[in-house]
Amino acid sequence: MQVRGEALSVRRVGAYYALTLLAPGVAERFRPGHFVALAIGDESSSMLLRRSFSIYRCQERGVYGGTVEIVVSAHGPGTEWLASRRPHDPVDVVGPLGTPFALPREPASCTLVGGGYGSAPLFTLAERLRARGCRVDIVLGAATEERLFGVLEAKRMADSVTVTTDDGSLGTRGRVTDVLPRVMERAGTDAVYACGPMAMLRAVSDVAAGSGVPAQVAVEEAMACGIGVCMTCVLPVVGEDGVTRMVRSCTEGPVFRGDTVRWADVGTVPADCLGAPVAAGGH
Amino acid sequence: MTTPPAVRPVLPQSADVPEPEVDMRTSLAWAALPNPLATASGCAANGRELSRFFPLSRLGAMVTKSVMLAPRSGRPTPRMAETPSGMLNSIGLQGPGVDAFVQQDLPWLKAQGARTIASIAAGSIDEYAEVAARLALAPPGTVTAVEVNISCPNVEDRGLVFACDPDAAAAAVAAARSATDPSIPVLAKLSPDVTDIVSIARACVGAGADGLTMINTVLGMVIDTTTLRPVLGGVTGGLSGPAIRPVAVRCIWQVHAALPEVPILGVGGVRTGLDALQLILAGASAVSVGTTVFNDPGAPLRVLGELRTALAERGFERMRDAVGYAHSALGAGADRIAPPVPPGPSLRAPSADGAGSGYDETAYDEGR
Repeated sequence: MQVRGEALSVRRVGAYYALTLLAPGVAERFRPGHFVALAIGDESSSMLLRRSFSIYRCQERGVYGGTVEIVVSAHGPGTEWLASRRPHDPVDVVGPLGTPFALPREPASCTLVGGGYGSAPLFTLAERLRARGCRVDIVLGAATEERLFGVLEAKRMADSVTVTTDDGSLGTRGRVTDVLPRVMERAGTDAVYACGPMAMLRAVSDVAAGSGVPAQVAVEEAMACGIGVCMTCVLPVVGEDGVTRMVRSCTEGPVFRGDTVRWADVGTVPADCLGAPVAAGGH
Repeated sequence: MTTPPAVRPVLPQSADVPEPEVDMRTSLAWAALPNPLATASGCAANGRELSRFFPLSRLGAMVTKSVMLAPRSGRPTPRMAETPSGMLNSIGLQGPGVDAFVQQDLPWLKAQGARTIASIAAGSIDEYAEVAARLALAPPGTVTAVEVNISCPNVEDRGLVFACDPDAAAAAVAAARSATDPSIPVLAKLSPDVTDIVSIARACVGAGADGLTMINTVLGMVIDTTTLRPVLGGVTGGLSGPAIRPVAVRCIWQVHAALPEVPILGVGGVRTGLDALQLILAGASAVSVGTTVFNDPGAPLRVLGELRTALAERGFERMRDAVGYAHSALGAGADRIAPPVPPGPSLRAPSADGAGSGYDETAYDEGR
């Protein structure tokens, strides 16, 4: 659904901004892994394309009605515009969008892996898993301590939290996949959930597959619309019939089973993909 | 000489203020539409996604994504780049192929009450004929019109784009027209990337096109100054959005001046009702909202409401009276293809002796 929302607050969190939006109707339909697509600027803005963000958390009933909170890394004119919103500034919200994380039917041991502010959707996921009696272990990684998101919050809700940074400024120096096998062994992991940069999702999917554990990963692909009409956010995914298709990360995703994404071929159209162009002649 | 109507603001709509009374019905060739607002090919997929935002039956027409003979994977990512008031795309006509479209999408659209303008594309003349023939197998009543996307490279002629050559454009249109049910109008979608769009338009009409869709995207390119490489996986891409609206207005203007009897579906950068009105005044009988849907999924119906109000404010009781109105405002005998256009308000009959500015007081009376 599309709602004319408004900013309620913007607060700085490390290298990021947490933006709370009043968006009636969005929170009520939210499930972890959903995202929102926000319009940038007003009706005559020269920035036409919506920016998509995982939903960090939602409140169905606040003082003002339903609210949605997202985490923004202000690295371009659009995200800078969002980070500079002041209370009561209008923001047009479309959401909740996408295919959310699937939750286990029975209590299970779940390991959640977040890279940078990609960890945002994992906290409500952790809450809902806990509510189902699941064990939850969280691994958070980033380049630096400042680029981690939600370490304290993770500690409040998880059975264990393991932190890695590339520069060693907090936790273990290295990548999340350096510590993930040990965490999974200790937790007896039944399911892995991950969100973050594509390279990390690929590495996490490989580790999970190596242990025979299913992984669900929420991908980050550039989107123009977020609602499934523009066909820009595609990546090669193997279907249940074994056929690779270029599928939209906004509607079929953003959550995919890690072993169905052809990570090595992201950014290309594999030759065996359904409808792939027939190679031109020559050698 | 025709007199421009005065602009009389209509009160904003609310529960107790009914929509202004304007007859919005229009037609593209003999296809009757309840209103002139349509989606644009490639900007609305095949309707399922937008139907979550509004009933497709409220559109004048739903223009579907160009479909080719076989399933197509499209091009590698990145497939888009934002540009000032626009975007570049290089999707590569990803789609399910015409048979799946005919079996799954067309009946669904019909069940929604949508009037479907089915866009077809091809890489050869034979493929245009084949896609149109497969489309002709669709259940009766599921296709309101066929739009022929001729902005495709001809694999049999060194990749020359059909739309850029009058003979190739005509051949593609003739192939599609002859394979299509004679009771269904065929529109040719023209590219603005040509030296003389009127000659392409004439060629298409001569080949049997019952109407024209203008314009397709403008070929563009963006280079990433960090990686020092083209941004798009496909290197070049189609520019769309409000940035190209003046190009659309110019193309529609030129073709309507040369071929006033040929119906035009106007496309290009429409974001508001006044944008749509510009295309109509230039000669469009119906207007598509394309890239703006990415920004505002509800835009087609918003623009419809804004257009209705804009027409009412200008004293038009029927939308079709506004089609090409800007031409008649210039008067007979004017060089309407590349006219030295005087400033707008002076279009109202400058006095014979040249005195006075020609400004029409009533047209700019904001006190009402």
